[in-house]
Amino acid sequence: MDAVLEARGITKLFPGTVALDAVDLVLARGEVHALLGENGAGKSTLIKCLTGAYARDGGTVLLDGRPVAPRSTADAQALGIGTVYQEVNLLANLTVAENLMLGREPRRLGLTNRRSACREAARMLADYDLDIDVTRPLDAYSVAVQQIVAIARAVSLSDKVLILDEPTASLDAAEVERLFGIVRRLRDRGLAIVFISHFLDQVYAISDRLTVLRNGRNVGGGPVTEVDRLALINMMLGHDLAQAESGHRTRAPGNGPPAAQFHDFGRRGRVEPFDLTVRKGEIVGLAGLLGSGRTEMAEVIFGIDGHDSGTAEVSGTARRLDSPRAAIRAGMGFCPEDRKTDGIVADLGVRENMMLALQARRGWTRPVARREQDRMVADYIRRLDVRTPHVEKPVGELSGGNQQKVILARWLLMNPGFLILDEPTRGIDVGAHAEIIRVIEELCDRGMSLLVISSELDELATYSDRVIVMRDRRQVAELAGAEVSTGAIVSAIAAAPQQRTAP
Amino acid sequence: MTLPAGLARILPMLATLALLVAAISLVSPGFLDISVANGRLYGSPIDVLNRGAPVALLAIGMTLVIATGGIDLSVGAVMAICGAVAAKMVTLGYPLPLTLLAALATGAACGLWNGLLVSVLRIQPIIATLILMVAGRGIAQLVTEGAILTFSDPGFAFLGSGAILSVPFPVLLWTAAAVGTILVLRRTALGFLIEAVGVNARAAYRAGVNTRATIIAVYVVSGLCAALAGLVVTADIRGADANNAGLWLELDAILAVVIGGNSLLGGRFSIVASLIGAMITQTVNTGILLAGFPPEYNLLIKAWIVLVILLVQSPRLRPLLARRRASRQGTPT
Repeated sequence: MDAVLEARGITKLFPGTVALDAVDLVLARGEVHALLGENGAGKSTLIKCLTGAYARDGGTVLLDGRPVAPRSTADAQALGIGTVYQEVNLLANLTVAENLMLGREPRRLGLTNRRSACREAARMLADYDLDIDVTRPLDAYSVAVQQIVAIARAVSLSDKVLILDEPTASLDAAEVERLFGIVRRLRDRGLAIVFISHFLDQVYAISDRLTVLRNGRNVGGGPVTEVDRLALINMMLGHDLAQAESGHRTRAPGNGPPAAQFHDFGRRGRVEPFDLTVRKGEIVGLAGLLGSGRTEMAEVIFGIDGHDSGTAEVSGTARRLDSPRAAIRAGMGFCPEDRKTDGIVADLGVRENMMLALQARRGWTRPVARREQDRMVADYIRRLDVRTPHVEKPVGELSGGNQQKVILARWLLMNPGFLILDEPTRGIDVGAHAEIIRVIEELCDRGMSLLVISSELDELATYSDRVIVMRDRRQVAELAGAEVSTGAIVSAIAAAPQQRTAP
Repeated sequence: MTLPAGLARILPMLATLALLVAAISLVSPGFLDISVANGRLYGSPIDVLNRGAPVALLAIGMTLVIATGGIDLSVGAVMAICGAVAAKMVTLGYPLPLTLLAALATGAACGLWNGLLVSVLRIQPIIATLILMVAGRGIAQLVTEGAILTFSDPGFAFLGSGAILSVPFPVLLWTAAAVGTILVLRRTALGFLIEAVGVNARAAYRAGVNTRATIIAVYVVSGLCAALAGLVVTADIRGADANNAGLWLELDAILAVVIGGNSLLGGRFSIVASLIGAMITQTVNTGILLAGFPPEYNLLIKAWIVLVILLVQSPRLRPLLARRRASRQGTPT
């Protein structure tokens, strides 16, 4: 094999954890190489080590057989390793031409020669079948076009390795096809392309070979033709999928009284009006791609973005859910997707983080007695198995899984009737993962109603009584009982746009 | 909070203060002497506690404002407004209790205004309070009608120069205000909620904390503290000087909070540490005067001392020094 880049034994240590443990990644000339793994598996750490954003703690990187150690992304770029991130890392307010030519503008008498810069930029984009007005600002164009501009710039600077970090996350199907056309052409020109994505269909559509990481280690890889989907998911999740698929909850689906009902509920620009009923003791899953309106729906329900249409009824009483406080008074709770910015209060301890919602509801004049706090906190640390050296440990210093448990405890000690969990298992380790799922099922057996948003479709299919599929900010499908399966969810997400208007 | 943790928090400030006092005692022996005359304590330490009263009072409110991630630049001007209101009412013959209440209400109203600008209109705190910082002196001038309003009410003057059991009244006032505030904060959940808002307002809001009311509350407390400080300085000189009362004291108060190790980004706070910070700045002021430097050097010397104090306390300096030491020995950390 003609290797362009050969990374061997890459090791990266962070205080208290080994982020990468002797990871290998070999890229052949003219291949698309998928780099796979769950959140926290070490994909982005590996990329950052290759592009010089991080200094590696061990291992060697050979580029065309010569050892390299880039000290910065610019350094890596000059060596021939270019990167395009999901969030386009260009300057949105500059013109397309300026973005493409930044740092190497053609000069005449010491001044930038605008006309020849534009001509050069247009010529570069012609290679990508992109015929746009290069004098307009970059943000005048769609994310897909911006992505292509970013790729054009990266390839023009670095001609050996192109790393695409979740390039398709916010693209629609046609845009993905267009991007893939470009990727194939670059591959045929001899570039080694690293493709990072959570969408397995896309991985199979575009990649030649793959490498799978889990917990900072290589767990498998090879030509895509030799790794089938089941085997791949097994590698990524590190457990037997057969078990997960057969594990669909067999308990009677919740047919109790409605715990929460929303009618024609929505907010312009965030989520189209929807109808939703969640029954007592029922788990409703919410699936859809990033940007499909999943999180927006949860935030509108919880009053974070006040709704501008529709009505809500919680436990049989009409409620105005125009703030989180109102939603909490109605007996609701919400574990947000972005734990760091929306969930934890990082500098405060485990105890205070757990007590926050309860104390907020009681108001500042009625503090919870310290002994009572200690009792409740100890109780939930035990029940959720929170790993913390002591209850005053700042939550920001705990692992993602433990942070999630702390936020879960924050709501559980309010004893809510209706709890919304947005990506409850994102970015947390396998052990905590399983426990959180156990807790979800246990809560619902105790009569709590849950709305769970998750990108982990297998997981969602396992515990949900019903799954609602979102696309383009509206509900496009609802699966119930035996219909709930990963495959059914995926096909509902992927259904052609014409079929999407529900009757 | 347990005592050891609380003590550990203020230990660097106490050490700084002790070092400073030791250094000044070397330059001017007798710095620590205290005597009693005319039923009142005298001496440099008493002078520090007494002269430091306005900044100490301001530092109480400023600590809370800064804990929410805000800042209150208007406190100096609010002092002037409240002093002017009090002086005006006393000269018009209103009874003292009503006068004091009116001054406090004025301070609370100023705080409410700041709080509304910050939490409802979402103006950046530094800009929101800058408005009253500038306008405040104008308001105070309107109240005093452009003149220095003097009065001779002995009851009011007692606030500035009186003493109870030999202790100057301003000292009693700021310690009582501090103890009262700390008790309210720690016996209720207010301190906890302020810290939660200061560390992560988004998360606190999503957990049901009334972030808006919390932010308004801290600015109102800051306004009340400024009112008390304004009363003290007005009573002390028996007159309301709209132009000079509390001039630049907002900066001294912020400095006290920072020397007290409280982060300007908000979050965990310690009022006790801020008060020690206030006493440190006042000790520097008094010490420079006692040391007999030519007065034109005073501000520069003060600036240098403050810089050294902040550098020594800086958590970033310690690992930096440690790393240099480690790299010199050639061993990785």
